[in-house]
Amino acid sequence: MKKTNPKAKDLNHATADPKGVLTGVHFMNGDQSACEGALAAGCRFVAGYPITPSTEIVERFASRIPTVGGVFIQMEDELASSIAIQGAAWAGLKTMTVSSGPGFTLMMEHIGLAAMLETPCVIIDVQRAGPSTGLPTLPGQADMMQVRWGSHGDYEVIALVPNSPQECFDLTIQAFNLSEEFRVPTFVMMDECVGHMAERVVIPPAEKIKVFNRRYTTLPIEEYLPYRTGKDLVPWFVKAGTGRRFHITGLTHDERGYPTMNAEAQGKLVHRLVEKIRTNAEQIVRFEEEDCEGAEVIVLSYGITSRVASRAVEMARKQGIKVGRFRPIVVWPFPEKRIRQLAGMAGGFVVPELNYGQISLEVERLVAGKVPVTLVPHGGGTVHQPEDILRAIREIVRL
Amino acid sequence: MKKQTKKETPLSIEPRPQNPIESLIRMERLPHMWCPGCGIGISMGAFARAVLESGIDQNLLSVVSGIGCTGRVAGYLRLDSFHTTHGRAIPFATGLKLANPKLKVVVYSGDGDLTSIGGNHLIHAARRNVDLTVILVNNLNYGMTGGQFGPTTPHEAFGTTAPYGNYEYPLNLPYLMDVCGANYVARWTVYHVRQLTRAMVEAMNKDGLSFIEVISPCPELYLRRNRLGDALQEMVYLKENSRIQNGAETRSVAIEQKRQEIIVGKFVDRERPGYIQAMDEHLGKAMGARYQRPSFWEK
Ligand SMILES: Cc1ncc(C[n+]2csc(CCOP(=O)(O)OP(=O)(O)O)c2C)c(N)n1
Ligand code: SF4
Ligand SMILES: [Mg+2]
Repeated sequence: MKKTNPKAKDLNHATADPKGVLTGVHFMNGDQSACEGALAAGCRFVAGYPITPSTEIVERFASRIPTVGGVFIQMEDELASSIAIQGAAWAGLKTMTVSSGPGFTLMMEHIGLAAMLETPCVIIDVQRAGPSTGLPTLPGQADMMQVRWGSHGDYEVIALVPNSPQECFDLTIQAFNLSEEFRVPTFVMMDECVGHMAERVVIPPAEKIKVFNRRYTTLPIEEYLPYRTGKDLVPWFVKAGTGRRFHITGLTHDERGYPTMNAEAQGKLVHRLVEKIRTNAEQIVRFEEEDCEGAEVIVLSYGITSRVASRAVEMARKQGIKVGRFRPIVVWPFPEKRIRQLAGMAGGFVVPELNYGQISLEVERLVAGKVPVTLVPHGGGTVHQPEDILRAIREIVRL
Repeated sequence: MKKQTKKETPLSIEPRPQNPIESLIRMERLPHMWCPGCGIGISMGAFARAVLESGIDQNLLSVVSGIGCTGRVAGYLRLDSFHTTHGRAIPFATGLKLANPKLKVVVYSGDGDLTSIGGNHLIHAARRNVDLTVILVNNLNYGMTGGQFGPTTPHEAFGTTAPYGNYEYPLNLPYLMDVCGANYVARWTVYHVRQLTRAMVEAMNKDGLSFIEVISPCPELYLRRNRLGDALQEMVYLKENSRIQNGAETRSVAIEQKRQEIIVGKFVDRERPGYIQAMDEHLGKAMGARYQRPSFWEK
């Protein structure tokens, strides 16, 4: 009989360690707030490399962490920072790295490694306009597919998209919790505007902040295998230095973690890496919607664009158009089920984003031709004019 | 002992005394993937003996490898062992060590892995003097991918991507590690198993970055392509052409020609504070009472 980890529901749900929680009402920008979110979530190791517009996150961490009891290290590049956090994770810490476009691109190799080793870790990408060096100080949202597919091979990730400094705090905590629960690299996809805008941020007392702590195996050494799982497809963790003498590899491996170089092992492993997220997608997805059922048009947007879109929605409503708003908060996995439902309840979708069509592709796929889906593209560097979004709304109504 | 002929080869292997290093090897993973005569296994044997001799708590010893023939070492050792990505064993190991300084962390990888694609990490780990032991198996080429030349290949040697000979010049690794600031720098060949073992014990007992270059034959690719003889001949060559010179000026120990004297020995042994100590002391001094040493650093 196969031995798996015993079920121990809620064992790992806890509240935040007060040491990292800066309880109070603050006026801070999204970058600073994301850093506070990480500290509140229990992150005690950040490896980073400076890049605008994400630098403030590591700057704040570098200054805060020695007062909390943790480590910051500035690595020589993003290849290094994105794997240093994994070394620290395998020693048992909650870890994070942070970057923007060019650095995020360098991290792709180790996003694949994290997916393969099932290393829990959080990566924040404060998106700027690209490609390449692009516009270092100005916003973009064009890494939305890169975060999903950017490393080679098949895997699934979790990505969240905040649209305010408050959400930078909240969602960074959530990213840590999800990454621990599913043992998957988890992303907070900010953008330059959200990162640099300062707003009111409320940080609750530690006992009000829910954190999910890592699930360590409790099986005896003889029965334990590092990649054996139960029904939820997520193996329980083991950390270095506990006498288990385990091996892990980025090569295709079996339950023992040993390289297993054949198609059968490959199929089994990739199936699990993908399915552990897909089968739990409904539990992971999060979105916000308003007046979507029966709307003539649904405006679907995320990050800073959702705030610009709100303006366009107001304008359209004033003109008597029934407009709904939909905002994915967890963007990967995508709220497939809900979008499919809404496709049968609304007249069409307008998807503004600071790219030339990324999330809109996903919407098109799910809507499957039932109603029109209009992309409002933008090259980045600034945000949309609400009028451009309004025009797209009106065009659908006219159709 | 009586010589066995083919006929007399027993069908089942007689029980035999256990080699003490077996406790450190994942025996279920044997046979290993290295070619006959390859030096990597010899170095790994030396490492296993060093672990036993040093008395290090094996449960607190981690080995991190990159990618390559040498990169497979991690997978054969019965220790917490990590087979990472090409060139990036050092930053992984850095994170591991900083998150649990009680661990001894050994990076075990190839010359191409650590000095070409991972060269930047090697330099900065030595500069920071991160508390790691780096064992670099230098077989003078990229073995795993079929014998291409690399940053350690001697001038005018052949590789599959240097079909007319190498017109580049190789790195002098001990010199590089010396100027970057590593606390301990040594070079031995796989002929010098005793010295190598002793060096490994010494290196693992040092704070800061300790670095050992292990010159190791790749008979299947490098030696064959360069018509330098077989594995046994190479052992004889290493024996006859190495000169032990402890404390040698590292700038004088380059291996640039296919056939030349190889200077081996312990070149650097100094006591710059390791990274963890430097970080801890500095923050304590600079921040005073506000400084909170990480709880996961406590002994
Ligand atoms: C990013 C990346 N580039 C290239 C490779 C292919 N590759 C695998 S091993 C290797 C060379 C290893 O050489 P070395 O470190 O000298 O190890 P050896 O096999 O000689 O022991 C290369 C280039 C890879 N795995 N990953
Ligand atoms: S190719 Fe060379 S380095 Fe690799 S196992 Fe064979 S002999 Fe050893
Ligand atoms: Mg090599």
